Amino acid sequence: MDDLSRFKQTYFDESAELLAVAEAGLLRLAPGEVDMDEVNAIFRAVHSIKGGGGAFGFNELVAFAHEFETVMDGVRNAEIPITTELVDTLIRANDVLARLLAHAADETEAPAGTTDDTVAALRRFLGKAGAPAEDVAGVPPTATMLHPDDEDDEAGIFGDALAAIQAARDDRPAAASSGTIPEGTLRWTVVFRPKAELLLSGNEPTYMLRALRRLGEAEVVCHLDKLPSLRDLDAELLHLSWTVTLLAGPQVDRARIDDVFEFVADDCDITISAEAPPPAIIPPAEPVAVSPAVPVPAGPAAAATPITPAATTSGTAKPGDGAKRAGGAAGGGDHAGPTTHTIRVDLDKIDRLVNMVGEMVITQAMIAEHLRDLPPGQFQELLEGLEGLAQHTRELRESVMSIRAQPVSSVFSRMPRLVRECAAATGKEVMLVTSGETTEVDKTVVENLVDPLTHMIRNSIDHGLESPEERERVGKPRAGTVHLSAAHRSGRIVIEVTDDGRGINRAKVLSKAIEKGLVQPGSTLSDEEIDNLIFLPGFSTADQVSNLSGRGVGMDVVRRNISSLGGRIGVYSTPGEGSRFVLSLPLTLAVLDGMVISVGEERFVLPLTNIVESLRPKPADLHGLVNKCDVIMARGEYVRLVHLHRLFGIPKAIDDATRGLVVLVETEDGSRLGLVVDEVLGQQQVVIKSLEANFRRLDGVAAATILGDGRVALILDVAGLREMSRHGAGNGTGSSVPSPPSLPAPADRTDQRQRQTV
Amino acid sequence: MKKKVMTVDDSRTMRDMVSFTLRGAGYDVVEAADGQQAMNAIAATKVDLVITDLNMPVMDGLTLIRKLRAVPAHRTLPILMLTTEADESKKAEGRAAGATGWIVKPFNPDKLVSVVQKVCG
Repeated sequence: MDDLSRFKQTYFDESAELLAVAEAGLLRLAPGEVDMDEVNAIFRAVHSIKGGGGAFGFNELVAFAHEFETVMDGVRNAEIPITTELVDTLIRANDVLARLLAHAADETEAPAGTTDDTVAALRRFLGKAGAPAEDVAGVPPTATMLHPDDEDDEAGIFGDALAAIQAARDDRPAAASSGTIPEGTLRWTVVFRPKAELLLSGNEPTYMLRALRRLGEAEVVCHLDKLPSLRDLDAELLHLSWTVTLLAGPQVDRARIDDVFEFVADDCDITISAEAPPPAIIPPAEPVAVSPAVPVPAGPAAAATPITPAATTSGTAKPGDGAKRAGGAAGGGDHAGPTTHTIRVDLDKIDRLVNMVGEMVITQAMIAEHLRDLPPGQFQELLEGLEGLAQHTRELRESVMSIRAQPVSSVFSRMPRLVRECAAATGKEVMLVTSGETTEVDKTVVENLVDPLTHMIRNSIDHGLESPEERERVGKPRAGTVHLSAAHRSGRIVIEVTDDGRGINRAKVLSKAIEKGLVQPGSTLSDEEIDNLIFLPGFSTADQVSNLSGRGVGMDVVRRNISSLGGRIGVYSTPGEGSRFVLSLPLTLAVLDGMVISVGEERFVLPLTNIVESLRPKPADLHGLVNKCDVIMARGEYVRLVHLHRLFGIPKAIDDATRGLVVLVETEDGSRLGLVVDEVLGQQQVVIKSLEANFRRLDGVAAATILGDGRVALILDVAGLREMSRHGAGNGTGSSVPSPPSLPAPADRTDQRQRQTV
Repeated sequence: MKKKVMTVDDSRTMRDMVSFTLRGAGYDVVEAADGQQAMNAIAATKVDLVITDLNMPVMDGLTLIRKLRAVPAHRTLPILMLTTEADESKKAEGRAAGATGWIVKPFNPDKLVSVVQKVCG
C-alpha cells in the first residue's frame, strides 16, 4: 500500500473539490423540484470520496461516507423524499465528511463520536425507506468493503458462478484441497470446456491456461473434437476445449485454480480434481479425441511463481497471490511513475515567472523604443526580428497569465451556503441564481472576491429583500431572488449582485448622510449620487445595524477592497424593484495592453480595452453646455469632453480639442467619454505597478507603469475620470459630493520618486 | 510490446492509482474521464483492455460497454468494470452489457494486476 501513499495528496485535493460539488448540489436541492443530474452528481462525489478513502484505509471516513452515500442512493432512487430536514442533514453530513477528511489528511484521529449524531440522523431517513437501521455504534455495513482480503467481494465471478463453483467444490473429497499430502505435491486435473460465446465477453482462454501454468508444472491438452470444418467456422466463436494436468506445490489450493476461471465460470463446463502422489497418469475426463499436446507459452509473470511467502498456506490462500508477488516485484522496480495531465506548482514559482515576463515586456518595449529611430530601409531583418519578439512576448504573457487564471466558481460556490444562513437568520425566503461561474480571472482576484461578495450578498438579503409577508402585500413572490453573475466585458470581469427587493430608500439615505455630515443640508443630489452615498466611510442607517450585516463592516470597506484590486463598484437601484451592485475588476493584476498618450510633458497610458476610437473634431462638433461642461458630437451621440490637463493640472498642454485629439473611451457600464489629449503615441504592453503599494491611491488613476524610455507613466482609470469630471464640471452645488478632483501637480513628483523606487 | 490498458474513471485519484499500479506492472496506460472520452480515445488508438468505472458523468460505464460491444472490432475486447458497488444486480447488468469481469473498489494493487493479467495476459 505504500505505493499508493503518493496519491494521498491528489485524493485530498480531489476530495476537497468533490465536497464543494456536493455542497453546492445539496444547497440547490429543494423539496419538490428534483434535478436528478444534481442528485447523481452529489452521489458520485460522496461515492468517489468513499472509493479513494478505502484505498488508503481511512476506515472511519469510508464507513461514514457509506452511510451518506446510502441515503443519497435512496434519494436517487426516489425512495427517500426530499425534505428540508433531509437537506439539512445531508449538508451536515457533508460537513462531517469534510472534518473526517481533514483528520485523515492530518493523520489524526477524529474525536470519538464525531459521526454518531449525523449517522443516527441519516439512518432515520433510511428507516423511512425500509432499509435496515442498525445500532449507531455498531459495525458499519461497509465492513466487508474495508477488508480486501474478502476475495469474493473484491473481484469475482458473474451471476451465480460462485454457487456453481461451490457446488463443484462439494463434489470433491475434502482432502483434495487441504494440501496436507506427503511430499507436498498435488496433481490437479482441470477439464475446461468453454461455451462457444466465451470470446464475446472479452475473455481469452489462452490467458487462463497461462495462469494455470504459472501455478506449477502443467501439461495442456487441447481437444479439437468440436472444431467445425473451415466452411462452417465462425471465427468469433470458440470451438476448443482443454485438459490441463497440473503438478503443483501445497501453496496452490482449489481456490487459486477457481480464481483463474472466475470471470468465465458461468460460460463453461469445468471440472477440477486433485490426487495425491504417487502420481499416476490420469486420463482426461472425457477424451473424445486427444490431439498432441499444444504447448502454451509461459506468461510474463511466470518468474514470480517460485517466490512463495510463508504466509500463504493452503486453505487460506487468496486468489491473486501469485500475481501479487509479480505485481509487487514489478511495482517495486524503477519503472516510470505515473504521468498525469496536471502538475502542482508552487505559487511563488508562478509569481516569479509572471514577474520575469513583466520585466521582459518592459525590456522588449525599451529595445523597440531605441530602435525606432533607425533609418528605415536598413536593418530590415533586425526590425522583423523585433516584430517577432514582440509577438512572442505577448503570447508568452498570455500563456503565463492563463496559468494563474481560475474560474470564479470557486467563490460562487460558497455563496449558496451563505444565502441559506442569511435567509435563516433573517427569516426571509431567498432564491440564489448564479450565472457565468466559469468566467476566469486571476487567482489573486478570485481570492480577494470572497469578502466583498459575502458582504454584498448579506447586504442584499438583509437590507434589499423584504420579508415574505411584505413581499406578498406588494404582489411579489414570497421568495426573493438574488442573482449573482459574472462575465467578461471590455477586458475586465464584471460581477453583478442583483436583488428584486425594495431598492434603496433614498429619502432615508439622504437624511442619514446629512445627519452624519457627509452631505451639506440643502444639497441637490441626483438619484445615482444618493445611491452611491452608501459607499461613504461612516455611513450606516439606524435600522441597518443588525446582527447580520451590521458588523462594523460597511459598504465603504467593500469599495476599498475592490479599489485596491483596481476595481470599481457601483449601485443601480429602482425603488420597489430592487438594486443592482456592479463590480468590475481587471482580469489580471500584472500586465495590460495600453495606448500611450501625451498631455503636455506628461505621458499617460489608457487601457486599450476602454478605447473606442480617436478623432480630431471639427469646431462644429463641439458644444458648450451652460454649466461649462463641454460635449462633443460623436457618431450622432453627445459625449462629455474631459480635458485631462485641466483635471490633473498639467501646464503647456493643448486646450482646444480641435488642435489636439479626442480619444473616445467607454467604461464597463457602456457610458462614453471624450478625453482631450495632445497626441496618441502608440500601443504598448505595460507592466502594472501598483500605485497604492508605492505611493497612494489617486482618483482617476488605476496604476503606474514604466515606459520603454524608463519614464514612469500613470495608467488612467476611465470610470474614475468620469466621476472626477462629473463632479469637477459641477452639477449645481456639487461641492458636497465626495472625492472632488484632487490630483494636482504632485503627480510629476510621484513619477520621479517612482522611477527610483521601482 | 507492452499491452495498453485504458482506465475510465471520473475520479482523478482512481485514474492515477490504476495508472500507477499498471505501469508498475509493465502496462501502458491511457486515461479517460468518462465514457464519451473513452469512446473517442478508443476510436483513435488501439487498446488491449478497458477498465471502466460505472457511475460517471456524460456517459456511464454500462453505456460505454454496450457501445463498445456494438462495434465489431471491439466484440472481444476485454472490459473490466471497476466499481464500489458489490451488489449482484450491477454485476449482472454489466455482464449482460458484455463486460468481461469486474473489480470492486477499493482494490489492492496486486489484486488489480492479477485480474488484469487474467484477462489480457
